[in-house]
Amino acid sequence: MKTDKIIVALAGQPNCGKSTVFNALTGARQHVANYPGVTVEKMTGWYRYGDVRVTVVDLPGTYSLTSYSPEERVTRDFILHQAPSVVVNTMDASNLKRCLYFTFQLLEMEIPVILNLNMMDVAENRGMTIDTTALSRGLGVPVVPTAITRDRGKTDLQAAILETAGQGLSTVPARVDYREMTSYITSVQERVTALTDLGDRYPLRWLAIKLMEGDEAVRDLVREKTESYAQLLLDVDRFRQQFEAAMDTAPEMHVAGCRYRAAEGIARPCVTRSAKTIVQGYQITNYTWPLLAGFRNLVADILPASGFIDVPLTRAFFLWLIDSVNALLNYIPVFLILFACIAFLEDSGYMPRMAFIMDRLFSRYGLHGQSTLPMVLGGIYVGGCAVPGVMSCKGIPDERSRLATILIIPMLNCLAKVPLYVLLINIYFAQHKGWAMFFISTISMLMVLPVSKLLTHTVLRDKETAPFVMEMPPYHLPTIRGVLGRALERVWLFIRKITTIVVALAVVIFVLLQFPGIEPERMAIYEDRKNAAMDTFFQQIAGTGFENDLSDDNLMAMIRFWEAYRSKKMGAKSAEAAQSIDAEFEAANTRFFTLLKPGRDRDAKQVNRALKTLIRERSQLLQEMRAERIDNSFLGYAGKALVPLTQWAGFNWRVNVALLGAFAAKESAVATLGALYEQGDTSESLETRMAREEEGFTPLHALALMMFMVLYPPCLATSIAVKLQSGSVKWMLFAMGYPMLLGLVVASLIFTCGSALGLSGLQAMAAFYLLALVITIAVGFITPRQTVTA
Amino acid sequence: MTLDQLTPGSSCTITGLSAANMLGQRLLDMGIFPGLTLRVIRNAPLEDPMQVEIEGYSISLRHEEARFVEVKTDEDR
Repeated sequence: MKTDKIIVALAGQPNCGKSTVFNALTGARQHVANYPGVTVEKMTGWYRYGDVRVTVVDLPGTYSLTSYSPEERVTRDFILHQAPSVVVNTMDASNLKRCLYFTFQLLEMEIPVILNLNMMDVAENRGMTIDTTALSRGLGVPVVPTAITRDRGKTDLQAAILETAGQGLSTVPARVDYREMTSYITSVQERVTALTDLGDRYPLRWLAIKLMEGDEAVRDLVREKTESYAQLLLDVDRFRQQFEAAMDTAPEMHVAGCRYRAAEGIARPCVTRSAKTIVQGYQITNYTWPLLAGFRNLVADILPASGFIDVPLTRAFFLWLIDSVNALLNYIPVFLILFACIAFLEDSGYMPRMAFIMDRLFSRYGLHGQSTLPMVLGGIYVGGCAVPGVMSCKGIPDERSRLATILIIPMLNCLAKVPLYVLLINIYFAQHKGWAMFFISTISMLMVLPVSKLLTHTVLRDKETAPFVMEMPPYHLPTIRGVLGRALERVWLFIRKITTIVVALAVVIFVLLQFPGIEPERMAIYEDRKNAAMDTFFQQIAGTGFENDLSDDNLMAMIRFWEAYRSKKMGAKSAEAAQSIDAEFEAANTRFFTLLKPGRDRDAKQVNRALKTLIRERSQLLQEMRAERIDNSFLGYAGKALVPLTQWAGFNWRVNVALLGAFAAKESAVATLGALYEQGDTSESLETRMAREEEGFTPLHALALMMFMVLYPPCLATSIAVKLQSGSVKWMLFAMGYPMLLGLVVASLIFTCGSALGLSGLQAMAAFYLLALVITIAVGFITPRQTVTA
Repeated sequence: MTLDQLTPGSSCTITGLSAANMLGQRLLDMGIFPGLTLRVIRNAPLEDPMQVEIEGYSISLRHEEARFVEVKTDEDR
């Protein structure tokens, strides 16, 4: 059927982007009028699609199609009386359920409906994916996804309008199941047909539902259009009363409930939500990490390939180097944001005011009002980063306070310390998680203040101070250029330093971790286990027709193929990307790909299963070997050698190794512990493994370890920042040395005194907190010596 | 208890609506429906109206309107 004139009505709930869709469809060809009798605006426009002129009416946005507001009445009357060719139900894709509640009301009016899922981009940003095909099937109407503000989907929508307008109401759309009310609706329908001819002019079922709802406008319609309305309305009232008596709910409430349930039933299977990360700033690293990982993969391809259990040294070395640098480069986006924030605050003139508020408190402890921002960035509570914290110390005019601030910032709780806290609290303070978290997040402040007082009275005593007098500039709006320029400059400075210092230190740590390595007789045992695993594998695949493909070197090629596929697949962001990876691998080696994804091929399936087992065994072997290599490394020896010293703090050699390894980056403390406790069933969480293997480990041990982590020396990146800001290697070494001493003293104090007094972990925690609090308050009252010279 | 008695930060499950007619219908249309859980985000600076979050979107309503929403707080469940 060829239509040369189509009327389309746009309907939907407010704030779903309906006007944007209207504007996109019609462009400038629109005019505004009022609907007769009400002050509701009627927007009309038109466009040409092929040789068809399409008139578009933008109906007012309403949440529902009852008759309580003029907008709702206008919308409904237009659909009822003007009979548009199609109603486009525009909806907010990110709020599907509530929108479908409206859609069902439209569908009940028995007009052709197109569902326009607008704002798909918003939904995607919220991590939602909507299966539009399933939605279309579930509702029985066409579904067109669009993101009009992003120029997506406009022509699809126009095509769908033309098609649906030509067909009319062709399919039977989904209906709401009104459950207990169904029989009542049927009865009303019967009464309507028996008493009036309304059913010929209006959708009968809709009329019946509306009458059951007690909709005033529909009652008026009945009064207006029929002679025998009195009888009909009387019957309807009787049905309503019966229903209410039987169900103990108002009919309109029941109707709304059924619509919501139907909407839920349709929406739920169509929508999948992915988890959102807590720290939004790290979102950017989702974009930069694939680049870094891609670079790593590239280098990994060039390096000599690893054997079944023997990894060539060059490979291990270069990958370690890249991993170390990548771990820091991964933070660059976060640094960029934080540096930009600092620059913004500096340019806006807010810094002096911040200092003005806090100086009273901080100056008592040798710090400065302007130490506030560095401390906020460094993680005054939980979750900062020491690097921007230290970098932002630049603005503090007072040399002594500036150095003190630089030195204490690493003691604050940066994000990287949190994993270890969480791990230990989950195992040893599971009953009192809240208290333990409170303790850990506030204790750093109680450490920082007395320590800075101590530092300013000892090592920093002779440093210059400056009077606090400063100008309070008026507020300025910083320029984008200024802020971005400064942020980029600082990031660049940082990157330049990283590439030199980090590389040097990474080499040292690598050597310490790798040598002297596993002893030959132990190595022989691993060889035996490897051979056993291989034998089992070949037995399992015997007779599948794939033996020749996997003999000798080919097996290793297959394993590499498998791993390359895995790591590529992990980096894939979309379904299309995943498909293209599939295609790429299939093209590279069809035979291997069959084993990767066997589909229905029975033999291939069998080999696939055997391969999985083999690869699992291989990674377990590699893990055990890694743990043993650390055990037998210089770092491992160092960890053991330090035991006499650290036993007072309750640390065993494994903990020592983890703490030593944490120098590179604090996150690695948990990773190293993970490697050390890597035994047996790998599906067990580190918590369970650690709890089981460290039977002698008590909450007191954990507390000492956590306190040591609080006072832990700055990580590599922060050390570099300290060097930059203090301008000397000497201060950098001091910043790395004194926290270790302090940490050891505090941890030993807690552990030794705690054990001597027989305190539980929680009691020791409370006692230590009280002690720290008392000291902090007490030193606050020591008046600073007058050192400002004229 | 009713929704207007809740303080910001608390969450509850809607147990019923005692409003009829327009207000009741509007509340239903806005998604305030028995069985759903909602969370009070904040009160406006002058204590009224209040902002509640339900199913991922926010609604603002006056306390005198919230009086008609019967709720059960999550604690006494």
